[in-house]
Amino acid sequence: MYELDWSSIPGALPFLWQGMKVSLAITAVAVVAGIAWGTVLAVLRLSPARPVSLFAAAYVSLFRSVPLVMVLLWFFLIVPSLLRDVLGLSHATDLRLASAMVAFALFEAAYYSEIMRAGIQSVSKGQRSAALALGMTPLQAMWHVVLPQAFRNMVPLLLTQAIILFQDTSLVYVSALADFFGAAYKVGDRDGRLVEMLLFAGAAYFVLCCTASWAVRLLRRRVLA
Amino acid sequence: MISVRDVYKSYGEVEVLAGCSVEVRKGEVIVVCGPSGSGKSTLIKCINGLEPFERGQIVVDGVEVGKRGTNLPRLRARVGMVFQQFELFPHMKVIDNLTIAQVKVLGRGGEQARKKALALLDRVGLREHADKHPGQLSGGQQQRVAIARSLALDPVCMLFDEPTSALDPEMINEVLDAMAGLARDGMTMVVVTHEMGFARKVASRIVFMDQGRIVEEGRTAEFFAEPKTDRARQFLSKVLHH
Repeated sequence: MYELDWSSIPGALPFLWQGMKVSLAITAVAVVAGIAWGTVLAVLRLSPARPVSLFAAAYVSLFRSVPLVMVLLWFFLIVPSLLRDVLGLSHATDLRLASAMVAFALFEAAYYSEIMRAGIQSVSKGQRSAALALGMTPLQAMWHVVLPQAFRNMVPLLLTQAIILFQDTSLVYVSALADFFGAAYKVGDRDGRLVEMLLFAGAAYFVLCCTASWAVRLLRRRVLA
Repeated sequence: MISVRDVYKSYGEVEVLAGCSVEVRKGEVIVVCGPSGSGKSTLIKCINGLEPFERGQIVVDGVEVGKRGTNLPRLRARVGMVFQQFELFPHMKVIDNLTIAQVKVLGRGGEQARKKALALLDRVGLREHADKHPGQLSGGQQQRVAIARSLALDPVCMLFDEPTSALDPEMINEVLDAMAGLARDGMTMVVVTHEMGFARKVASRIVFMDQGRIVEEGRTAEFFAEPKTDRARQFLSKVLHH
C-alpha cells in the first residue's frame, strides 16, 4: 500500500503560487483577447458579404477541429522565432508565456465567436431595424444596440467558457512552462511525491472552478430575475 | 414629399407588393388599412429602405430610395419610424434612447441632445421618466417614448407601423392622442393601423390594401361614407360593427 506523504506541500506553496499567477495571467489575456477577436469573427460570420463570412466560418471550424495541445505546440515552435524576428529580440528572451497567450487567445476566439453569434441572434431583428431607422449605419447599429444586448445575454456562457479555459491552461506543460499544474508536477517529480502533488493540484482546480461555476449560477439567476 | 410608383416586391414565390403607387404631399396624414397580410407593413418599410423592393421607384423628399449609392442612413435619419413592438433599446435609459442617434448620427453635442430629448419627453408627458429604463414603463408609455425618439431627429415625415396593435386597450388612446397632436402640428405621416376612429378623425386620405395591391384610395370622408369597391365595403363592415 502506497503511503501518502503531504510534507513537501507547505514548502512548495510559494512556487505553486508563482505557477498559479502564470495560469491566471494566461486565462485573463485569453479571455479578454478571445472575446474581442471572437466578437469580430461573429460579426464577420453574420456579414452579408460572402467572402468575409466564409473566412470567419473557416477560421472557426479550423480551430474547433484541431486539438488544443497541437495548436499550443505549433505556437511554441513558430511564434517565438517569429516574434524574435519582428521585434529583434535576442534568443535568450523567454517567449513561451507570450506564445501561450497568443495561442489560447486565437484558439478560444473560435469558441467565443460561436457564443457571441448566438448572442447576436438572440437580439430581436426589430432592434436592428429600429437602430437603422434612426439613421445608424449597420456597424453603428451593431455596436451601440445589438452587441451590448448580445453580450449581456451571453455573460453566463462567456464566464463558463472562461472556467473551461482556465482548466485548459494546464496544457501549457507541453512547453515546460511552469503554470500551476506544471509547477505542481515539477515539485512532485523533484521530491518523489508526484501522486500527492497532483492530488493537491487537482483539489485546487476543483475548488476554484466549482466556486467560480457557483458564482456564475448565482449571477445568471440575478441577471434573469 | 413621398412618392411611391409601381412598386413590386416578393418573398420567393409570394408576391407581397404588386404594383403599388401612392403620393403623399407635405402635411398630409395617410392611413393605410386592409386585412392582415395585405402588404401594408411591407409597403411602409420600403419607404425608408428597411425592406428592399424589386421594381418601381420610391422618392422621399427628393431622394430616390431604391437607387444604388443612395445614402440610406442619411435618408432614414430624416424619416421617423414607429414600430408595433416599440423597439426601445432596453439596455439604455429612456433619455439615452432619445439622445444616442442625435449624437451618433446627427453629430449633435451631448448637452444640446439632452435638452432636445427632455423637451420632447415633456411633450409626450413623460419627462419624469427620463432616467428609467424602458422595461419599467407601460406599453403606452414606451410607445410615446418611441415617438419622441423619432422626433428627436427632426424628421420631415413619420411612418407608423401598427403603433397600437401591441397595446392593451386602455393604453391605445394615449398613443393615438400623441399622434393626433403631431398631425395637428403639420407633420407628414403615413400610418398603418386598424384604428378606424383615429383614421376618420385625423387622416387626410385613406389607402386600402388587399393582397399586395392598393385597391382603393380616397378622401377620408368619402371612403367611410361610400367605399367604391366591394372589398373595402366588406372590410369596413367587419371593422366598424364592433
